[in-house]
Amino acid sequence: MEPQGPGWSLAAAARALRDGAATSQQLTSAALARVKDVDEHVRAFVTVTEEEALAAAVAADARITNETAGPLTGVPLALKDVITTAGVRTTCGSKMLERYEPVDDAFVTRKLKEAGAVVVGKTNMDEFAMGSSTEHSAFFSTCNPWNLDCVPGGSSGGSAAAVAAGMVPASLGSDTGGSIRQPAAFCGVVGMKPTYGRVSRYGLIAFANSLDQIGPFAHSVEDAATLLQAIAGHDPHDSTSAAYPTPDFASEIERGIEGLRIAAPREFFADADRMEPEVTEAVEAAIAVLEEQGAIVDRDTSLPLAKAALPVYYIIAPSEASANLARYDGVKYGYAYRDGDSMWDDMEQTRQYGFGDEVKRRILLGTYALSAGYYDAYYLQAQKVRTLIRRELRELFSRYQLIVAPTAPTVAFKIGEVSDPYEMYLNDIFTLPASIAGLPAISQPCGFGRDGLPVGLQFVADGWDEVTLFRGAAAYERATDWHTRSPTL
Amino acid sequence: MDLTPDEVRHIALLARIGMTDEDVVRFQSELSSVLGHIRVLQEIETTGVPPTANGADLLNVTAPDQPTPSYSRDAMLHNAPAVEEGLFRIRAVLE
Repeated sequence: MEPQGPGWSLAAAARALRDGAATSQQLTSAALARVKDVDEHVRAFVTVTEEEALAAAVAADARITNETAGPLTGVPLALKDVITTAGVRTTCGSKMLERYEPVDDAFVTRKLKEAGAVVVGKTNMDEFAMGSSTEHSAFFSTCNPWNLDCVPGGSSGGSAAAVAAGMVPASLGSDTGGSIRQPAAFCGVVGMKPTYGRVSRYGLIAFANSLDQIGPFAHSVEDAATLLQAIAGHDPHDSTSAAYPTPDFASEIERGIEGLRIAAPREFFADADRMEPEVTEAVEAAIAVLEEQGAIVDRDTSLPLAKAALPVYYIIAPSEASANLARYDGVKYGYAYRDGDSMWDDMEQTRQYGFGDEVKRRILLGTYALSAGYYDAYYLQAQKVRTLIRRELRELFSRYQLIVAPTAPTVAFKIGEVSDPYEMYLNDIFTLPASIAGLPAISQPCGFGRDGLPVGLQFVADGWDEVTLFRGAAAYERATDWHTRSPTL
Repeated sequence: MDLTPDEVRHIALLARIGMTDEDVVRFQSELSSVLGHIRVLQEIETTGVPPTANGADLLNVTAPDQPTPSYSRDAMLHNAPAVEEGLFRIRAVLE
């Protein structure tokens, strides 16, 4: 694979840098040139940080010469615009933060900079990471590189599209209910959500604290593991970042899956609603590949509460969001309306004009679920069902090492096609159980469905067992070549 | 059980989100629809089940009580919509 251009991998880029076949300044310029070339059509980036990127590339080249380089030194990457970058505006896809310049780097930004990675820009997203299509960005919609009339998925649509279009070899997104995995599926790339607590959320602008996790997009499972390795680890600034040792995530990717026990719960297959037949077909073919590789796939398993993950999520996430987004009051930072009749009027109009409709819907829904008289019936009940979903998954993982499922019930839909909010929420039905339970999960390309659009295969592993997650996904990837396909732009 | 326009206005007031009359009608219909779908949760038996508040199995994480350097005043005011004499300028709360 070429070290730059469409389909370039992080490993190939790193190898070229190490062997002296390319400099970081060349790769960074190539990334920026590709952005100039194709991003007027794809619209993956909200902000391109050309100057900062070229300066970082010069520093990276010096490190490579001094032989103090790591696997990410000099490699161009992109960050979802929900991850703070000191001095570089971080919009969260919202008018509310259109001119917001964070004072500090997020933990992951700092880790990437320390590793010598070159951040070329900030990618588009659904406003405050609420959405499944990137159409809820306050600025513009991002287009799917496989078909520019279609959405890239969301909320991390810009980060997925930037990788799929070959602008950068890898990027970071955030996943609250499927916001990394679903766009990875729609854009035909690898996208991975770590175990809740594996990666610090410091500097990740909060949507739903008990669910949000940062994770990688890449063209290969190995590249995703490399990127996760660089950003994982304990951070005292995030009290939910776990003080567990960070394993070598790629330690078993060559091992194969002979004898690996994989559950294919009925709720994700025969009993699933609204599945497109081509998606079922592609995922069934993928399961056949897993069996050829020696895995023991059990289709006679069940997660009876899997369908409850959607209502649980749409109570818990909006409830947390309604509390988190109370901070946008036009006082300390962000958009401020100042021509009202009073302090309260200013605040109400700040939030009326600063937030988009989807964000307002979620704040209102969460406010309702937490309000007097409804708390027990909605929020508390959702938290109890969350316990039951976790128990069901824990029980399943006492007998199986992985779960296999489709990532989403459909391939990418047309921009503007889904207007009903609840219809949009149904995109996440297969990604939500892992989110609710805090489990690691990955989506990878497994073929093409309707209109030649990519289909995603999802694996879920037990908490903290990313090593087995990467092992299963890498074995599938070695046996197929879907991950090597790139769209023509 | 649909939300009434008054309920929508009440929630909007709690959330401090300004709304036009058209907004009230639209959110009434959209929120009622979503609530209709998520109400199935109430049919699940949860007697004696403890609630789960987060995805990690962490409890009572504390940090040593040691002062460390903080951000400068200038940094904190950098994004402020209005500043006066090194302070955030806001409208009077009590008029």
